[in-house]
Amino acid sequence: MRTIIKYVLLDLIKNKTVLVYTFILAALSVSVLATGSNTSKGLLSLLNITLLFVPIISMLFATIYFFNSVEFIELLLAQPIKRKTMLLAEYSGVAFALSIAYLIGVGIPVCLFSYDLASLTLILSGLFLTLIFSALALVIFVLFKDKTKGIGAAIITALFFTLLFDGLLLSFIFSFSDYPIDQPLLGLISLNPVDLARILVLLKLDVAVMMGYSGALFKKFMGSATGSIYTIFCMSFWVIIPLLMSAKVFKRKDL
Amino acid sequence: MITIEHLTKSYRKFKALDNINLSFERGQAISLLGPNGSGKTTLIKSILGLVIPESGTIKIGGKEIKKDWAYRSQIGYMPQIGRYPENMTIGQVIKMLKEIRKDCTRFDEELIELYNIPAYQNKTMRSLSGGTRQKVSACLAFLFSPEVFIMDEPTAGLDPVASEILKEKIAKECANGKLILITSHVLSDLDEIASHVVYLQDGKLKFYNTIDELKFLTGEDKLNKVIASIMKNEQPKKLITV
Amino acid sequence: MKNIIAIIFLGWAISAKAEVIKVVATPNGIHNAVRKAHNGDTLLIKKGFYKEHDITIDKRLTVIGENFPVIDASNKYQALIVTADSAVIQGIQVQNIGNTSIIDMAGIRIVNAKAVVIKNNKLIDNTFGVYLQNATRCYVANNTIHSNHKDELNGGNGIHAWHCDDLLIQDNDISGHRDGIYFEFVTNSHIISNRSYENVRYGLHFMFSHSDTYTQNIFKDNGAGVAVMYSKHVVMYNNSFLHNWGDASYGLLLKEISDSRIEHNNFIRNTVGIHMESTTHVDVKQNLFQDNGWAMRVQASCSGSNVIGNNFIGNSFDVATNGNMVMNVFDHNYWDKYDGYDLNKNNIGDVPYYPVSVYSVITEKIPSTMILYRSLLTDVMEQVEKVLPTLIPDKLRDDYPLMKKAKL
Repeated sequence: MRTIIKYVLLDLIKNKTVLVYTFILAALSVSVLATGSNTSKGLLSLLNITLLFVPIISMLFATIYFFNSVEFIELLLAQPIKRKTMLLAEYSGVAFALSIAYLIGVGIPVCLFSYDLASLTLILSGLFLTLIFSALALVIFVLFKDKTKGIGAAIITALFFTLLFDGLLLSFIFSFSDYPIDQPLLGLISLNPVDLARILVLLKLDVAVMMGYSGALFKKFMGSATGSIYTIFCMSFWVIIPLLMSAKVFKRKDL
Repeated sequence: MITIEHLTKSYRKFKALDNINLSFERGQAISLLGPNGSGKTTLIKSILGLVIPESGTIKIGGKEIKKDWAYRSQIGYMPQIGRYPENMTIGQVIKMLKEIRKDCTRFDEELIELYNIPAYQNKTMRSLSGGTRQKVSACLAFLFSPEVFIMDEPTAGLDPVASEILKEKIAKECANGKLILITSHVLSDLDEIASHVVYLQDGKLKFYNTIDELKFLTGEDKLNKVIASIMKNEQPKKLITV
Repeated sequence: MKNIIAIIFLGWAISAKAEVIKVVATPNGIHNAVRKAHNGDTLLIKKGFYKEHDITIDKRLTVIGENFPVIDASNKYQALIVTADSAVIQGIQVQNIGNTSIIDMAGIRIVNAKAVVIKNNKLIDNTFGVYLQNATRCYVANNTIHSNHKDELNGGNGIHAWHCDDLLIQDNDISGHRDGIYFEFVTNSHIISNRSYENVRYGLHFMFSHSDTYTQNIFKDNGAGVAVMYSKHVVMYNNSFLHNWGDASYGLLLKEISDSRIEHNNFIRNTVGIHMESTTHVDVKQNLFQDNGWAMRVQASCSGSNVIGNNFIGNSFDVATNGNMVMNVFDHNYWDKYDGYDLNKNNIGDVPYYPVSVYSVITEKIPSTMILYRSLLTDVMEQVEKVLPTLIPDKLRDDYPLMKKAKL
C-alpha cells in the first residue's frame, strides 16, 4: 500500500493541475492576508475561498484522476494486490497530494501572517474538506463506468453541497421557524460536510455572537467543546463512510 | 493449469460470456480469437479477477480464485492499452512494480534489455509513443517470470522489430513450459507461436482445437486462412473437442 | 480627592503623638484593645488568628495589621464595623463573614462615617466585602476582595456603596462576588484602576448614581458584564471590558443613562460590546470594539447619542437595532468590514457604510438561521442587500467611514 501511495504522490507532485491549484491558493492567501492590516477579515475571506474552492477542485480533480488511472489500476490489480488496498492507496495518494497543496497554499501563509486557534481551525476544516471530497470522488469513480458521466456527477455533487443544500436548509428554517427546530437543524447540518467545516471555524471565530442567542441547545452546542468535537466527529464520518462504501462497491466492480 | 467451468457473465442484458468450459495446460500457447465484442477480453479479465463472474468457477493450479488474490503472482498480464500515470518515468514504473512484488526475487529483464528500455528510463510516460508504452507493458508482464502469461492484443501498436522480439520471447517462455494466453485479431502474427486456438463468438465458445487439428480439418496452411474458412463455412460444431 | 489625602496626612500626624497599642491573639484581644484606646491611637495587630466578630470601631483609630493578622467571623457574624470618622484600617485579613437574609453582613462595614480609609486589606470568603453606608469622602484602595459564592442569591457584593458621596475606590482586586462593585445613590465618586473579574453577576453595577467617573478599570469574565443604569453625568474612560459571554451578558449595559461619556475604552470579546437602552445624549467616542459578537446594540429608544471615531474590528456584527428610527449619529468610525473606496484620498470613504448587516436582522427574527452564518449563501444575501437595501434600516449609516484605523 505504501509503495502505491508513494508513487501516486510522485506522479501528482509533478502534476500541473496540482501545482496551479497550490499556486492559486497561495496567491489568494497571501494577497488576502498581507494587504489587509486586519487578519480576522483576511481569515474570513480565506474561509470563503476554502468553502468554495476546496470542495469543487478536490472533487473534480480526484474524479478525473481516478478515471484517468483506470488502466493503471487494472494493471496493478493484475498483480497480487487486494482490491481494497489498491483503492485506498490510490485514494490516499490523491487526498494526500491535495492536502499538501492546501497546506502549502493556505496553511503556510496563514501560519506566517496570523497564527492562532481560529487559523488552525480553518486549516483543519480545509484539510477535512479535501479528504471528504476526494472520498466522494472515489464513490463516484466506483459507481460510474463512464468518465463523462462521472465528471457530471462530481460537478453536481460539489454544487449541491456548496450552494444548493444551504438554500434548501434556509427555506426549511424559514418555513418552520415557529417550531423548535434547533435539534433537527443540528442533524441536518451534519449531512453537509461544507456546513460542518464552516461551523467548525465559526465556533472559533464567532462564539461571542453564538452565545447571544438564547436557544439552549445552540448555546450548549456552540458554546462548549461539544460543538467542535461533534463537528470533527461528523466530518471524520464523512471521510470514513464514503471510503468504506467505495471499497465495498469496488470489490464487486468489473473493470 | 487453468480450468474454467460454466463461466457466465453478463452486463445488464448483454451476455458477454455464456457457460464457458475450458482447460489449459502448461506449455500451451493459446490464441484467443473472435470478433469484437465476442467476450475475449471479458474472459481474460475474469481469469485475472478484474471481472467478477456471475456463475461458474475458475481454478488456477487446482485452486479456485474467487476469494484469493495471491494467485495473481503466477500471472504476467499485458493489457491492450497501456496507460500509466502521466508524470511517472519508465524507471519509476518498473521500480514501483518491483517494490510491489516484494515476493519476487528473480527478475526476468531480458526484454527490458532487448528493447533498450534503460536508455529512456527517465522519460515520463506522457512523452512516450503508444508503441513504447506497449514495450513497457510487455516488459512488465515478463518481469516477474510468472507461470502464466495473459496478453491482450500484444503486438498491436508495436513496430515489426519489436513485435518480432516479443514473439521470440513468447515462444521461448512457451518452450520453458509456461502457459500463454493471447488475444489477437491480427492472426498472422501468431501463426508461429500458437499451439491451440479458442474461438469465441457472442459470448459462446465456438471451438477449442490445436492448430494442427484445424489445419488438417480445413486443409489450409496459414492460420488466418484456417479461421477465414471456418467462418465462411459456419461449421464449427464438429470441431469442438471440449 | 485632595481633601481625602489631606485628612489621611492629618490623621497620621495626630496619631504620631498618640499611643500605639499592640494586640496579640488572645480571646477578645481586639475588642479589649478598642475599648481601651482613645481617639488618635494606633492599634498594631500582630500576626495571628483572631476569632472575633462585630468589632465596632467607634473612635478615630488607626488599625494596622502586621503580616495580615486574620479576623475570622466563623461564618456567622460581621467582623469590623466603622462608625467613627477618619478611622484607618489597613493590612488585615478578614474572612468567613456570616450570611443571613435579614441583614447584609460585611467584612468591613462603614456606617455614617466620613474620611475612613480602608487599604491593603484582604477580604476573603465574605458575603459582602467592604460595605459603605452613608459614607462620605472614604478611600478604599489596594484591597484584595475574593469570595467563592457561586450563586447570585446568597452572595453579596465585593464593594457595596449605598447613599454615599465623594468616594475613591482605587486599585482593588475583586472577584467571585455577586457584583464586583455596587453603587446605589452614590454621587461624585471615582472608581479607578480596579480589577473586577469572575463575579457572578456584574463586574460593576451602578444605579441612580450621578456624576461619577470610572477610569482605567478592567472588567473581565463577569457573568453579565457591567451594568450602568438610571444615572446621569457618568464618565467612563480608559476601561477594558473583556470576555463577557452569555445570552444576557454585555461588556457594558447602559439603561436610562443620560449626558454621559464613554471614551477610550476597550470592548474585546464580549457577546455584546455596548448595549444601549433608553439613553439620551451619550457620547461613544474613540473606543475600540474588537472581536465582539455585536459591537453595539442600540435600541430604538436611544436618542441623541454620538458614536464617533471608534474602531470596529473583527466583530461578528457591528451594530444591531430593533427599529427603523435612527436618532443617533454614527460618523467617522473605522469599520473593518467597509469595502468602499476613497478616490480623493482624504482617508474618508466616498460611499456610506451601513453597520447593520442584513444577516443580523434576519438572525434577530429567526435565531436558528445563525447556523448558516458565513456560508456562501448568506454572503450573497449581504451583497444583494448592499446594492438594494430592503431589510436594514438604511438611515443608520456612517457617511464618513474612515479608511484607516482611528488613533485612539
